[in-house]
Amino acid sequence: MLMKRDFVIIGAGPAGMAAATQAAELGLYVTVLDEQLRAGGQIYRDVDRASKSLGNILGADYTDGARLTKHLRQSGVEHISGAVVWAIEDEFRISYTCEGRGAQIEADRILLATGALERPMPIPGWTLPGVMTAGAGQILLKQSGVVAQNAVLVGAGPLLYLIGAQMVRAGTPPAAMVETQTRSDMIRGLRHVGGALQGWRYMAKGLGMLAEIKRAKVPRYTGATGIGIEGEGKAEVVTFTHNGRTQRIACETVFLHHGVVANTQAARSLGISHTWAVAHGSFVPELDDWGQSDVAGVFIAGDGAGIGGAKAAEHAGRLVALKVAEDAKRLSTKDCNLMAAPLRRALVRELAARPFLDAAYPPYGAALRPADNTVICRCEEITAGDIRSYANLGCLGPNQTKAFGRAGMGHCQGRYCGLTVTALLADANRQSPDETGYYRIRPPLKPVTLGELAAMDGTTQDAAE
Amino acid sequence: MKTASPFLELESAPRVDVTWDGVPLSLPEEANLAAALLAAGVHVFRSTPVSGAPRAPFCMMGACFDCLVEINGVTRQACMLEVIEGMVMTRPSEMGAHADET
Repeated sequence: MLMKRDFVIIGAGPAGMAAATQAAELGLYVTVLDEQLRAGGQIYRDVDRASKSLGNILGADYTDGARLTKHLRQSGVEHISGAVVWAIEDEFRISYTCEGRGAQIEADRILLATGALERPMPIPGWTLPGVMTAGAGQILLKQSGVVAQNAVLVGAGPLLYLIGAQMVRAGTPPAAMVETQTRSDMIRGLRHVGGALQGWRYMAKGLGMLAEIKRAKVPRYTGATGIGIEGEGKAEVVTFTHNGRTQRIACETVFLHHGVVANTQAARSLGISHTWAVAHGSFVPELDDWGQSDVAGVFIAGDGAGIGGAKAAEHAGRLVALKVAEDAKRLSTKDCNLMAAPLRRALVRELAARPFLDAAYPPYGAALRPADNTVICRCEEITAGDIRSYANLGCLGPNQTKAFGRAGMGHCQGRYCGLTVTALLADANRQSPDETGYYRIRPPLKPVTLGELAAMDGTTQDAAE
Repeated sequence: MKTASPFLELESAPRVDVTWDGVPLSLPEEANLAAALLAAGVHVFRSTPVSGAPRAPFCMMGACFDCLVEINGVTRQACMLEVIEGMVMTRPSEMGAHADET
């Protein structure tokens, strides 16, 4: 008989690590499942292996993650790394693949700490080899110490400046920054800074990174429109319009970024309710102020609950752990509330900069509503025009598109087309994103091979039967 | 073998031999496989089953599946693996990308 965990956490980023450590301190039997081989999530990816010189390039906000990985190691929490979760069912049996074998574990309560995905940025040429997300550029640097030479950064948002500054520090400054935000976006953003100290801290950090980029004489083109990537079989030129003039910049790599969005795949597979959050420009799960969803026993913390960044994720993860401990009678309601209060205050401080960032760096409009011939579903190569034509034929929602074509049915299961399909259908049918809805997500959340199922661990399989 | 790559490795690590489409490559041991292939000058990982368009790593975090490669006969995401000595890799056949799954 398989021993049931009090608490299983999916994801070993800041939210997952903080929740695991806190829950273990309160006496819970905790397991963390994570796809990566080492703890950290994407934000602190491979932080324990980074050399001192790489740490200097990446900066203190990155190396700070070693504090969380250390606490996780010391906590005695069972951390199953390289575990790809593909199903969560029946309150709660979690199926995953690890080292080529299927396995299952059971838990009373679960935390989905599955973080963020890059907001899809479908522009002409975005499927060409050499075009990557800015997050991918960061991962290359963090995990592998690999930098792109002659790269162009395209889009908007603080991550673009962070990676630009890191590339300068690494001695490979980007060839150019093609930025989509305008002066009026910035003015709108500044109205939100107000008296929030944390907002000003983030501003100062951003200005510091911009100064590094400026000192390296990296050309910046703000308010760029009509952006596309051209090349024979790989990215060779970024084209765009700037101040009324057409620009062409030769490159070998393009990093795209116009914000990140909550990764809701696992939450949706459990039937958790989601609503459209205007400020985030994406769907977010409906949660109470402990991070509990409308499926009892399922909690969500970190960027998967709506983008708040690494520090906010840490506080939210700890809050979940307190509530889980209280539910499991390991913590009195009084102590739970007492311990939660400083976390809630820290969370408010941490989120103070979000309204500024959201207003100053809005998503690139032409990528939210792409031209007809732009591919929006990378897996099945469906274009924006295809989706609009489905709407003309009476298609109202994303799940119906599957009756017309294969959008969202490829390997990525809609991760990089879902929000675009919702936006295109909502526009065409004059409906809100909430009325239009999102893909229904079903297990397996990630592809499973027959070999992995055949190699399913015997004891756990018996327990599941 | 080392071909021209726009990607630069900042740090050196012990290298091991693998093969990519029959060509011997020397990659850093235990490095992320997708990153190591990019730095070794591999710029097309696979072709799409729909149009045959070339693809290479896009997200580096296991979400997009553009970095699929066939390793010892099994289609895997290169960005979710580490370099192991003796890996035999090919571009996945068009059906291969779908055939291994349930």
